[in-house]
Amino acid sequence: MSTKSVEHTRMPANASRRRFLVGSAAIAGGGLAIGLQLPFGIETAHAQATPYSVLSDGEVNAWVVIRPDETVIIRIARSEMGQGTLTGLAQLVTEELECDWKKVATEMPTPAQNLARKRAWGEMGTGGSRGIRTSEDYVRRGAAAARMMLLQAAAHDWNVPVGELTVSDGVIRHAASGRSTTYGKVAQAASKVTPPELKSIKLKDPRTWKVAGKPLRRLDTEEKLNGSLVYAVDLKLRNMKCAAVRQCPVFGGKLVSYDESKIARMPGKPKAVRVDDHTVAVVADTWWRAKKALEALPVVWDEGAGASQSSATIAAHLDEGLAAANVFQYRVEGDALKAIDGAAKQVEAVYSTPFLAHATMEPMNCTVRITADRAEAWAPTQNAEAALAALAETSGLPLDKCDVYKHTLGGGFGRRGSADYVRQAARIAKQFPGVPVKMIWSREEDMSQDFYRPISKCRLRAGLDEKGNLVGFHLRVSGQSINAFNNSPLAKDGRDERQMQGYYKAAGDAQFGYTFPNLLMEYAMRNTHVPVGPWRGVNTNQNAVYAECFMDEVAKAAGRDPLEFRRAYMQNHPKHLAVLDAVAEKAQWGKPLPAGVYRGIAQFMGYGSYVAAVAEVSVSGYGTANDPASGGRAADRGELKVHRLVLGTNCGHAVNPQQIAAQIEGSVAYGLSAALFGEITIDKGRPVEQNFHNYRIMRLAEMPKIESVIVPTYDFWGGVGEPTICVAAPAVMNAIFAATGKPVRSLPLKNVDLRGA
Amino acid sequence: MAKLNINGKVRDVKVEPDTPLLWVIREQVGLTGTKYGCGIAMCGACSVHINGEVRRSCSVPVSTVKPGDRIVTIEGLSPTSSHPVQKAWLAMDVPQCGYCQSGQIMAAVALLAKKPHPSDADIDEAMTNICRCGTYQRIRAAVHLAAGEKGEIIGTDIRGEVKA
Repeated sequence: MSTKSVEHTRMPANASRRRFLVGSAAIAGGGLAIGLQLPFGIETAHAQATPYSVLSDGEVNAWVVIRPDETVIIRIARSEMGQGTLTGLAQLVTEELECDWKKVATEMPTPAQNLARKRAWGEMGTGGSRGIRTSEDYVRRGAAAARMMLLQAAAHDWNVPVGELTVSDGVIRHAASGRSTTYGKVAQAASKVTPPELKSIKLKDPRTWKVAGKPLRRLDTEEKLNGSLVYAVDLKLRNMKCAAVRQCPVFGGKLVSYDESKIARMPGKPKAVRVDDHTVAVVADTWWRAKKALEALPVVWDEGAGASQSSATIAAHLDEGLAAANVFQYRVEGDALKAIDGAAKQVEAVYSTPFLAHATMEPMNCTVRITADRAEAWAPTQNAEAALAALAETSGLPLDKCDVYKHTLGGGFGRRGSADYVRQAARIAKQFPGVPVKMIWSREEDMSQDFYRPISKCRLRAGLDEKGNLVGFHLRVSGQSINAFNNSPLAKDGRDERQMQGYYKAAGDAQFGYTFPNLLMEYAMRNTHVPVGPWRGVNTNQNAVYAECFMDEVAKAAGRDPLEFRRAYMQNHPKHLAVLDAVAEKAQWGKPLPAGVYRGIAQFMGYGSYVAAVAEVSVSGYGTANDPASGGRAADRGELKVHRLVLGTNCGHAVNPQQIAAQIEGSVAYGLSAALFGEITIDKGRPVEQNFHNYRIMRLAEMPKIESVIVPTYDFWGGVGEPTICVAAPAVMNAIFAATGKPVRSLPLKNVDLRGA
Repeated sequence: MAKLNINGKVRDVKVEPDTPLLWVIREQVGLTGTKYGCGIAMCGACSVHINGEVRRSCSVPVSTVKPGDRIVTIEGLSPTSSHPVQKAWLAMDVPQCGYCQSGQIMAAVALLAKKPHPSDADIDEAMTNICRCGTYQRIRAAVHLAAGEKGEIIGTDIRGEVKA
């Protein structure tokens, strides 16, 4: 943003108005110096070369600043990474504040500002689809309090009872006397009014919303269309240097030595530095020169024990977990094993899903400047408070001498909840006192040093009676634990319930949507040397594939329609069922399709929201003259085309239906990219896939038509960014099953031969 | 030393000849709207126009650019963000994180210059840039809108209450 953002903060709300640049902050995940235990972080504001720490003057309260020109600046604590939370939160504030949406701009406090005000802005971390659902209450109360203070100021000025005033679009009226004034005129007086008791405030019934609940366009689009938005990777500071880094390619390996003399004469005055026990960096005047020098730098690694690991050894490790005795029995209801063994018919399958990289479009990067008494980081972070803690710890300076300025993230997807790259940048910058150092990972570094979606396999068994009724269901997941990787007590003794996300018994978050007469769900924790972390949708993605694809296998064995078979076991789960029915209706489940087109269906729950999908696919040859049943040529079969997906969500309250639709569309692209192409394989202890040529991403031509069905029931707050991903893959896999008659049991689909016999 | 005509302005840059045009644009010239995504011409985030053709600047050595070549970056598309493609992108609320959108817009502008009324198949063929947020459906709609056709976001069905 450099100087331009400074201008922005002084601009009235017009043109590029909506973004007031302030520093930004974040919250704590790492918990170090701050001692907080939040899984994620935040984001935003643009970096400026000059003082970042100034929030706009003239606040009514922490959430709202109103200027004499009627501009309303809404403070946003959560990170914006494309998911639209900034706009949604601004809508909620506008709704309770009763200001004019056209005059709204936003700014983001920094984590240091948040700490200095005893966390006036609450949690800043942005992950787990929590951006709105876990802050809506205090954000709306803050806005309502500001409205009450503004009205009180006007009432005092006119010496009339506040109850006689009305307000709309920032204009306060007193009908009896015919007087009116505006928020801009009373804001200063309002800031001196004693704030109301927040708990006593009555919030609006969402069914009466006028601004929230509406499909408004985003506030932050214009600067993304002309190159003016400064992402962290774009930052320019005076005297700045740039760093390229390389970590030991084998996870767990160490840096032994490097020979700086070999790069001494290269352009850009490159200097090699040891970052930590497994990382070397080259710092130069530009990043390109730093990268070139790093490539030329001879480095000796101690690859360690991990170097003996491969996808094959990891698969064997998971297979052992599928068969092992004494694993974590998560849900034991009735006697599933006995019921299945004694059933008229048994169905059994083993599924597997791979490691996945996040591959945010903007690679990991962070700029840090450390002086004797100040440490600053400019970061694209989902967790600004964790970034702040990491900065304080690494710089050795107290928290109040540190701050983190959030930039809009070029994608997050869970990757940027970690502060690893902030810590790294700080360790480099510490070796160049007073000099801002911008560290950027190459795409190859980004892809091969991720916290991957954990790998797992799942064995499932079901028993059917003579009539095709399910009498027992047994599921065992064998795979890696995110909590264990993070040394969380939640993974103690292998009892990690989070790996069973979507299979929960408890209502409200990620509840399993079926009631079976006998049920056994188990988790065999089998960790690897590969770093793992939350990947948009986290464990719902693979767990939905396992349960929902297997349900189709069982339905087929029972001779039943997949929708009807599901419905029979969902009667105790009316919200799950309602969304399933909604997508089935929209997709006209059961109605004939063109020759060669097949449907698949899936439902699941995650992040407090109920989701379902119907996919329509064709697999060349099937349902046409080349069908294996007709003896056609296998060579002409097997090409998959995903035509259409209908996705439904009940997220409780729908703050911005258009942005929810955008998240649904995006979650399909993210989920189907993984289902079609995504896998990180391991050879000699390191990832094979290094860039988009062998970690393929879905492109526009491959994107199916997406139709979103949003069916809010207005009685809870569910998440939006993640929940729908998990049903995209199983719906498509089930449609393939319908087409070919063969279940798809492993991902990605690029490795699956769909040509048939 | 290279002489570059970027957005109508001729600049001398002092840089090694094998430096990719992308990094010259970003680090020597200082225009950061053009993004680094992969460095191997796979993602298109670095797309610029050279003499009207869309090119992935991460894989164009600056030594291959001639002084007379006209380079246009996202910043040079329109001084007021009023290019029809930018307006269509705004109308369709296309961007999510926005990081790939400079490249997407440059690709769309080049497509429309060649085919003012592209079919869906034309869009499939020309718009090969990667978007991780998955804005493809809106990109398609926005290209049609910029072509003067009705751009329609496909079937968002926002209902009221569902009985549950």
